[in-house]
Amino acid sequence: MQASLFITCYNDTLFPETGRAVVHLLERLGVELDFHPRQTCCGQMHANTGFRAEAFSQAKRFVRLYEKAEAVVIPSTSCVAMIRDQFPGLMQELGNESLRKGFHALLPRVFELSEFLIDKLGVDDVGAYFPHRVTYHASCHGLRGLHVGDRPFRLLRKVRGIELAPLENLDRCCGFGGTFSIKNAEVSSAMLSEKLRDLLATRAEYCTALDNSCLMHLGGAMHREFAPMRTLHLAQILASTETTPMEEFA
Amino acid sequence: MSQVVLNPRNAPPFPQAALPILRDTQLRKNVAHATDVIQAKRALLVAEKQDWQELRAAAAAIKDETLQHLDKYLIEFQERCTATGGTVHWASSPGDARRIIVKIVQETKAKEVIKIKTMTSAEIDLNPALIAAGIRPFETDLAELILQLGDDEPSHIVAPALHVNRSQVREIFARRMGRHDLTDDPQALTAAARTYLRTKFLGVDTAICGANFLVAETGAVTIVESEGNGRMCLTLPRTLIALAGIEKVIPKFRDLEVMLQLLARSATGERMNPYSSLWTGVTPGDGPQNFHVVLLDNGRSSILAHHTERQTLRCIRCAACQNTCPVYRQTGGHAYGSVYGGPIGAILTPQLMQLEHAQSLPYASSLCGACYEVCPVKINIPEILIDLRAQVTDRERKQMFRIFDPMYLAMRVANVVLASPWRFRWAQRLGRVGLLPFTRKDGWIHSLPSLGSRWTMTRDLRGIPNQSFRQWWRSRPTVKR
Repeated sequence: MQASLFITCYNDTLFPETGRAVVHLLERLGVELDFHPRQTCCGQMHANTGFRAEAFSQAKRFVRLYEKAEAVVIPSTSCVAMIRDQFPGLMQELGNESLRKGFHALLPRVFELSEFLIDKLGVDDVGAYFPHRVTYHASCHGLRGLHVGDRPFRLLRKVRGIELAPLENLDRCCGFGGTFSIKNAEVSSAMLSEKLRDLLATRAEYCTALDNSCLMHLGGAMHREFAPMRTLHLAQILASTETTPMEEFA
Repeated sequence: MSQVVLNPRNAPPFPQAALPILRDTQLRKNVAHATDVIQAKRALLVAEKQDWQELRAAAAAIKDETLQHLDKYLIEFQERCTATGGTVHWASSPGDARRIIVKIVQETKAKEVIKIKTMTSAEIDLNPALIAAGIRPFETDLAELILQLGDDEPSHIVAPALHVNRSQVREIFARRMGRHDLTDDPQALTAAARTYLRTKFLGVDTAICGANFLVAETGAVTIVESEGNGRMCLTLPRTLIALAGIEKVIPKFRDLEVMLQLLARSATGERMNPYSSLWTGVTPGDGPQNFHVVLLDNGRSSILAHHTERQTLRCIRCAACQNTCPVYRQTGGHAYGSVYGGPIGAILTPQLMQLEHAQSLPYASSLCGACYEVCPVKINIPEILIDLRAQVTDRERKQMFRIFDPMYLAMRVANVVLASPWRFRWAQRLGRVGLLPFTRKDGWIHSLPSLGSRWTMTRDLRGIPNQSFRQWWRSRPTVKR
């Protein structure tokens, strides 16, 4: 199986350890990976802030870059949601017929990480070992945009040594929302404070998710408050084994 | 509470309006509790409907058909309503609607009117216009009564006094009704309201109501409610004036079957509303003999022109989006500067204002999608929010001073950077070096200037790692297995 990584701009820059974990994990499962060095961003930040013209150029770049890929794996639910929910409208507006056709041919081959593992590779036991108490935060875009459903739980339940702690109000947003956290920083912080209360009540050591943007928000607050919890992308848990613990690519 | 401004023309922007509310712990507790209770009831009753998704699709289709031929259905409604003894008025602006209603009341020589809860009357600021014309309006919906006596404003479209708890209600009743004997017991409070209102029902001869649905096929008007005060207002007075947005029309009587199932479950978590009133025109010797319908446009027809935004007019005002919204949960409705708060308000108000006002509202959402999931008529609110943000940006970016706006600057720079991989690589390096002065020994950033300070006011930020993913990838041994 061959797959192309779209690591996303913020994972590339701010969370390279997530990308490294994805590589370890998928190569362990026998996937042959390539990383196109011309990739940058999906355009979500621009589109969601109202800068549609700017988002167009990112959308075009993405389609042209991955047109020939066998499968595209993206370890970020909100970027996949951008591609699935907003690209069709952008392509329509752009009016470039060959680009639009290329996009719609590519779309079924675009996978979020947990979708790729469960739907494409057909595995839920990835051979991971992670002896910690973990709670899962359902990112809104994964939950309601992609409908990832129980995929992350199926993957987590097969991790050896893990102790899963259920999170109250799982479907409630953490308040990140991209530039919302800047434009409406106070309301965003109020939402964050409520989410943090639910998270800490789980007494988990780690909070995991399929999207580092929520985790950056939650992790930032945990660090500020010296909270006894850290954030970790699901890929990093799934990449951990007895011989290669998480620290190796942390 | 009196500083609340619900007029989008002069309300402060959302982030600013939210600030004092975020410090009002009592209000936030009341809103969170009330929305939790309604949501739990709703979830239970939605779960028992096997065909919920089919119902939603049917309702969306009914509304889309109506909006596609809105002119036809409105004229059909007017014809049927007129044929059965009603009078239909057309109001293109709030001013028109106010003048029409005041004139009708003045013709009856009434000095007092009783009102059923109608958000549309708040939308057009009807009460101040009535008072200015020497007509005293009495709200008869319990929540509206609480607000009227408490000199407060609605914060929710189904439960307007959702932000007030029962101790606060007791305090308002004690002060304004002179009932110092009251306790916090809901039954005692309801009984006090009932005693107070009964004299109005029996003594006032003119009523003003809204409408949940207007049936084009028969000319019927529908109002659903929980308290029975509506039934009083609809049957006892001689004159009845219904104020309705033009989007309230539905084609067929049988469409109510779909709509009423969805509305009751979504709005109050009930299988059916305790009171569902339907009437057609005037029936001699029974109920109001002088019946008027005022059809209000106020910007609605301009929304029809946009394919995506048109969905907004499907709304049946159930407030399920408000109850589920994590933003509304923190702020309640007052921060939205309009009677329509929450997600639906965030898309409806700026459109009613044709984006001349309320430009901050499309940004008052984290785009979490919870509103779309619960909407009984499947309004894709996040999609419309994003579209409105693009419209706001397209207007704003023409303004000269935006060159210095840090958000615009950041977005433009990001676009230039992301358009080329080598620029992106350099930006990663520059960013790493640029953030070094702000990065502490532990590798974390605790304080940033300008826009960044909006992040670091409550959150730390990990400094940019020394090696980006692409650098790591390139450094790997190239031999492939």
